Amino acid sequence: MTSFDAIVVGGGHNGIVAATLLAKAGRRVALLEARPELGGPARTEEFAPGFRVSVAHILNRLHPEVVKALDLEANGLVLDASDMPSVALSADGEPLILTGAYGEGLSGASASEAQAWSELRAQLIRYAGILKPMLARRPPDLSGMTFGETSALGMIGLSLRRLGKEDMRDFLRMFLMNVADVSDDCLTDDRLKGLLAFDAVMGSHLGPRSPTSLLGLYYRLAGEIGGKAGAQITPSGGMGAVITAMASAARKAGVQVRTDALVARINVQDARVTGVALGSGEELTAPIVLAATNPFAALMELTGPRNFDTGFVRKVTNIRMKGSVAKLHLALDGLPGFKGVAEQDLRGRLVFAPSTNHVERAFNPSKYGGFSPEPVMEIVLPSISDTSLAPAGGCVLSANIMFAPYALKEGWEKGKPKFLKAVMAQLERVAPGIGKQVRHAELLTPPDIEQRYRMPGGHWHHGELQADQMLMSRPVAGWSGYDTPVDGLYLGGAGSHPGGGISGVPGLNAARRVLARKG
Amino acid sequence: MVAVAKTKSRTKLAEQAHFRTLRLPSPFQPRLEALAAQQDWYDWAGYKAPHALWDDELEYFAIRSQAALFDISPMVKYRIEGPDAEAFLNRVTLRNVTKLKPGRVHYTAWCDDEGYVLDDGTLFRFSADRFRLCCQERHLPWLLDSAIGYEVSVVEETQEVAGLALQGPTSFAVLRDAGFKGVEKLKIFDLAEFPHEKGSVTISRTGFTGDLGYELFVPVKQALSLWDRLIEGGKLHGIRPMGYTALNRARIEAGLIVANADFVTGDSAIRTDRLRMPDEIGLGFMIDPAKGHFNGRRAILDARQNKTLKHVLVGLEIEGNIPAEHAIVYHRGKREVGLVSAAIWSPTAKRNIAIASLQRPYGDTVVDDLWVEIYAMRELQYHKLMKRAKVVPRPFIKLDRRTANPPGER
Ligand SMILES: Cc1cc2nc3c(=O)[nH]c(=O)nc-3n(C[C@H](O)[C@H](O)[C@H](O)COP(=O)(O)OP(=O)(O)OC[C@H]3O[C@@H](n4cnc5c(N)ncnc54)[C@H](O)[C@@H]3O)c2cc1C
Repeated sequence: MTSFDAIVVGGGHNGIVAATLLAKAGRRVALLEARPELGGPARTEEFAPGFRVSVAHILNRLHPEVVKALDLEANGLVLDASDMPSVALSADGEPLILTGAYGEGLSGASASEAQAWSELRAQLIRYAGILKPMLARRPPDLSGMTFGETSALGMIGLSLRRLGKEDMRDFLRMFLMNVADVSDDCLTDDRLKGLLAFDAVMGSHLGPRSPTSLLGLYYRLAGEIGGKAGAQITPSGGMGAVITAMASAARKAGVQVRTDALVARINVQDARVTGVALGSGEELTAPIVLAATNPFAALMELTGPRNFDTGFVRKVTNIRMKGSVAKLHLALDGLPGFKGVAEQDLRGRLVFAPSTNHVERAFNPSKYGGFSPEPVMEIVLPSISDTSLAPAGGCVLSANIMFAPYALKEGWEKGKPKFLKAVMAQLERVAPGIGKQVRHAELLTPPDIEQRYRMPGGHWHHGELQADQMLMSRPVAGWSGYDTPVDGLYLGGAGSHPGGGISGVPGLNAARRVLARKG
Repeated sequence: MVAVAKTKSRTKLAEQAHFRTLRLPSPFQPRLEALAAQQDWYDWAGYKAPHALWDDELEYFAIRSQAALFDISPMVKYRIEGPDAEAFLNRVTLRNVTKLKPGRVHYTAWCDDEGYVLDDGTLFRFSADRFRLCCQERHLPWLLDSAIGYEVSVVEETQEVAGLALQGPTSFAVLRDAGFKGVEKLKIFDLAEFPHEKGSVTISRTGFTGDLGYELFVPVKQALSLWDRLIEGGKLHGIRPMGYTALNRARIEAGLIVANADFVTGDSAIRTDRLRMPDEIGLGFMIDPAKGHFNGRRAILDARQNKTLKHVLVGLEIEGNIPAEHAIVYHRGKREVGLVSAAIWSPTAKRNIAIASLQRPYGDTVVDDLWVEIYAMRELQYHKLMKRAKVVPRPFIKLDRRTANPPGER
């Protein structure tokens, strides 16, 4: 069969979600993935003999509506909300441990700090909660809002009102602040402030002192797992288990899943999409094509600028999407020891960002195409909770490292060994002896990620998630509603509202948009 | 040390000569200055250009009964070349460029994404993959961004290419006597290369007057020799250099519009309600929905389908003989429905004519009972006149000699 009701390009998690929803609504859907496996950076793959890992390693925002719409639990996904702590490592002293969902409890801090944190945490989660519905639905269409959209916007206004006068004032005051100022206002513990700084800027090209950096923390806290805001898990089976469950839902819904199916071109005739051409030369037709890939790639590379107006091309080519995060995978001989971290806390998320200044200093050189000798990082040992990921006795270390500029001035070929050395030196500080345990190391720079996962810029969110590229301006102003100037062509990947991370929301919203459009 | 510093600062000063000449001189400046008895200059796209040289009335009549020579060098010019030049221009501009044959010129316009006109101009096709686009405003960033995805080069050549318009019933005779052999073969909107000195001049049978006329382009180095050659050839044909005031009269008679006079260009409009779609300024004929994608297509076709076009550009004939320049247009003498953007008493049509922008349905389906309110200043007092206006077709004058083949000699 080469003719479908809808073709979804890109078998990342958003593509799978979109395809499944369309198929459940009775459409004949083809899902086309360039790689042999689905999932993009969320797929679990072998990086050393017997050692498996996924680039995206923590689940903290898979949307409950996605879990429900795809019936993921019935499809084998175990979302056990057993607490996964965040451990704020310190360079020399004891770590600080945030237990429960994003630090419901705090151990290792003074009583007064714990009190201050619990107040700030409550405030942050309250404010993130206001943004939550906005980060779940289609952004309001400023021209011609439907009744539903207007009332949804009204509800946000209402929830603001419900905050009470003082709280509302604070919400508005803090909205575009930087995370460093907010945590300096409320906290004293450098480890805690460093952790917040790290989480706020993770995946963005921002330092904690860059204006608006607090938005990143709100984005993080707008995510939930098991109904708990800010919670996080490493699913058993790795992130790949999420993809497996989604793929199973897709197949049950009747989606024709085709891997090794690189889409070379999205075909357009008379400003209407007509289908796609594969790299193999095969042509598939459909009146609807939903691209769940990076928006620049979908619009400029696959569809081509000639099908769009110049102003639109200008906007799309100006989307900032140079990644800043590198990924380290280590195959270790055994469980590493982290200074001051109890063994049961090793299944947590270990963050080495010992202070706001440290994060800021790690960011600074990246503005000029360099990296800091003291990078900051988030470390997970996924093989602890899922032993299948490493051979017996072995251990997988998975770390997100910042800041690794996409365009390193000296070039990554020369820079990569130096960066790896700097990263290992930092690791050695917090986990003495770890260097000797390494059997194999894989460092993926943003250009590596770009290549391997077809993510232009190697960007976490398929495009910077900053104030000017959010909401109504995502992926570009005027086209935030998942449709495009080409009739029948939709976008539904992380580059669309609300943004990246394993949430499924862009895919869900895009599919809903398609269904709302065509009766 | 000191000496070096001095030379440095002197070179720096020399590099900033543009501060001394706020308006660029045209390549024809030496000839214009010598003739500019009026010394009445204005700014045309950064160039110093004459309103009139000696007498605008005589200059106007040179267009209609002799040959008038007008410096069009300040016109913004882009050289557009490459294997994708045709496809690129077809995407950027409204008219179908595949229908424009090499050796031909057409009048066209281009729009932004919202379908608002950015400018109008003339497109010269020299060969399959070589074009020149001439217009009022500068658009290089827009054109370069439009070139993303095309194998095409876009270079501004305003300062490299000098241009002259030679217009009027004897203009062909001038060219013939100046020795441009074969120029009689040019039909309206044709272009061809002719030898001039060691190089060549591009001559097209085009113009902005509604009369028989030609436009000539040469590299600036040959500008003065071309001027002299034409003046020499035109000696017995009444050739007369002219300024913009005369040209403006002729173009109003011809019903032609001027960017930022009869409509506000998309990039320069500050107020959103000043933006205009092609259908709102009489350029709807350029739109070819069947030609494939072009900038603004979606918005333009939507506006047509949803009937959201707000304005219409019309020709008006107004009773009396007082030009209605910038007069407000009324329906039934009461409801304000538009504005006159250009108006003259037409010496050739012997009518009081105007170009006006009206709010639909006025000027579109409602064309009766229209009035203009003219304020005529008479010795420190306004005489307020309410004059009846009739919507009439443009052009206001139609001269057979404009298109006659072979071209007439006088
Ligand atoms: C280093 C790093 C670490 C991250 N860690 C986390 C994390 O811990 N937790 C988290 O929630 N998020 C994390 N993310 C973010 C997350 O991975 C992304 O936001 C998410 O994968 C986006 O999902 P998507 O479905 O929109 O696109 P993708 O996952 O990028 O999927 C797009 C798919 O389309 C395919 N494709 C592209 N072009 C074509 C084509 N022409 N034809 C056919 N197929 C094509 C690709 O192969 C890919 O499979 C991380 C990102 C990075 C870069």
